[in-house]
Amino acid sequence: MTAPRRIVRYDFRERMVHTCAALSYVYLLLTGLAFWTPWLFWIAIALGGGYLSRLLHPWAGLVFAAAVSAMYVQWRRDMRTTAEDRAWRAAMAHYVRNEDDKVPPAGRFNYGQKMLFWVMVLGAVALLLSGLVMWFVASVPEGLSALGSAATLVHAVSALVTIGGFIVHIYMGVAVVPGGLSAIVHGEVSEEWARRHHGAWRVRVGSGKVEVEK
Amino acid sequence: MLDIVRSSASSSPAPGVRVQPTVTKLVDTSTCIGCKACEVACQEWNDLPPEPTVQSGTYQTLPATTANFWNLIKFAEHEDEGSALQWLMRKDQCMHCAEPGCLVACPAPGAIVQYSNGIVDFQQDQCIGCGYCITGCPFDVPKFNSGTQRVYKCTLCVDRVSVGLQPACVKACPTSCLQFGVKEDMLDIANARVAQLKANGFMNAAVYDPQGVGGTSVVTVLIHGDRPELYGLPRDPHIPAAVRLWKGPLKWLGNAAMVGGLAAAVVHFVRFGRKQHDDDTEDGPGTEHARRAGASAPADTDGADTAGGTGS
Repeated sequence: MTAPRRIVRYDFRERMVHTCAALSYVYLLLTGLAFWTPWLFWIAIALGGGYLSRLLHPWAGLVFAAAVSAMYVQWRRDMRTTAEDRAWRAAMAHYVRNEDDKVPPAGRFNYGQKMLFWVMVLGAVALLLSGLVMWFVASVPEGLSALGSAATLVHAVSALVTIGGFIVHIYMGVAVVPGGLSAIVHGEVSEEWARRHHGAWRVRVGSGKVEVEK
Repeated sequence: MLDIVRSSASSSPAPGVRVQPTVTKLVDTSTCIGCKACEVACQEWNDLPPEPTVQSGTYQTLPATTANFWNLIKFAEHEDEGSALQWLMRKDQCMHCAEPGCLVACPAPGAIVQYSNGIVDFQQDQCIGCGYCITGCPFDVPKFNSGTQRVYKCTLCVDRVSVGLQPACVKACPTSCLQFGVKEDMLDIANARVAQLKANGFMNAAVYDPQGVGGTSVVTVLIHGDRPELYGLPRDPHIPAAVRLWKGPLKWLGNAAMVGGLAAAVVHFVRFGRKQHDDDTEDGPGTEHARRAGASAPADTDGADTAGGTGS
């Protein structure tokens, strides 16, 4: 058996962008849930109190918006739907049942990951715009007060949609796909992992570490 | 001593059990002379910092109430076809709704309370400064103080009322245009006044006690009761539909979806578990997939090997 070679799946920049998005999202999620329901207000208390949570939430939102923007720039080409994705999508029920041998090989990102990406990008846009209105709601002119209540509703709905994506994302990355979490944290995967989970991902294999072909 | 009968964002029922009559401030705009004694009394009793006045070409002190100015007489000049100019004065302040939109929207436990006598009050020490109450109020009453990052409004002088005094503005009013008492009594006086106004030719006089917010603890006699907009009052105020949706069906739908999502993940994990281990060996059922992946690989770019083509 030859020594397993490592493939660079995510370079440093990609991992930093993802980490910023992940940490800011988790803070936004926890404080946002505290404002969503009194049943979870204890989260805000645990994070330093409701006042502090409210004070930092919009700033964390700006960090998240910036991270998602960077993510959009670095991954948007990888996230286009291709013919491979349509075949993968048709076999998604097999993927869900872990019958991966019946699923066509995915590229660098599978169709599910691509959908998550677009849900998060569009969700971030909606959250940013509605969040800015909510941040400065005291400055909204009286005649436009419907803008404030509409923003609140949009913020809640788009947050819920991203939470749906987030639950699936964390569950898949941490619990279902072995090595998924390690890949986004450390950046490298084995050739075997790449073949199993992203069989149609084209990588340039040289000696030692190999780079992603973009 | 006043019991709290409703408290914002509380996961338990409010503790108040003592039944008290709903108190009400009656504003009879037909006898208001625009003296602004109520404005001064409010500032003085509440020890509010002075607010620089704004000259906007009217007698109005400020364009709108502020976080430091809770009681503003609004002056509107109105002219109907073929009649003389009318000066319509109206007391702009918190209406103390029976169904307060601010309290419904508030996410901070106990930051907005409703007392057993109907007074709606902000507890600034519990307030987190989010501004949701501004969104929830159909009268645009709560005002944000950017210095303290909290919201403020008329308290209906709860500190005076709870010890049997009338609100400071009522105390100061020289024409008895402002009166204070139990709501039924105030409505009786208001309705008698409306009948009097109608007898004097003001056929559209009416009491403004909007039922869309469950009635208010500030009721106003309007000469043009058919057109409250003339006074800057909404015709049929409600808690905004978006806020009702957000705090009602959406909340339960969202909670169910989030709990359902977590439950689905647990069920999926127990039923299907992890995908096969990443152990860098060619054992187990992954080989078929790997072979197929390898077979599809030669279509790729020139000079590039593929993950699927090596390692076996």
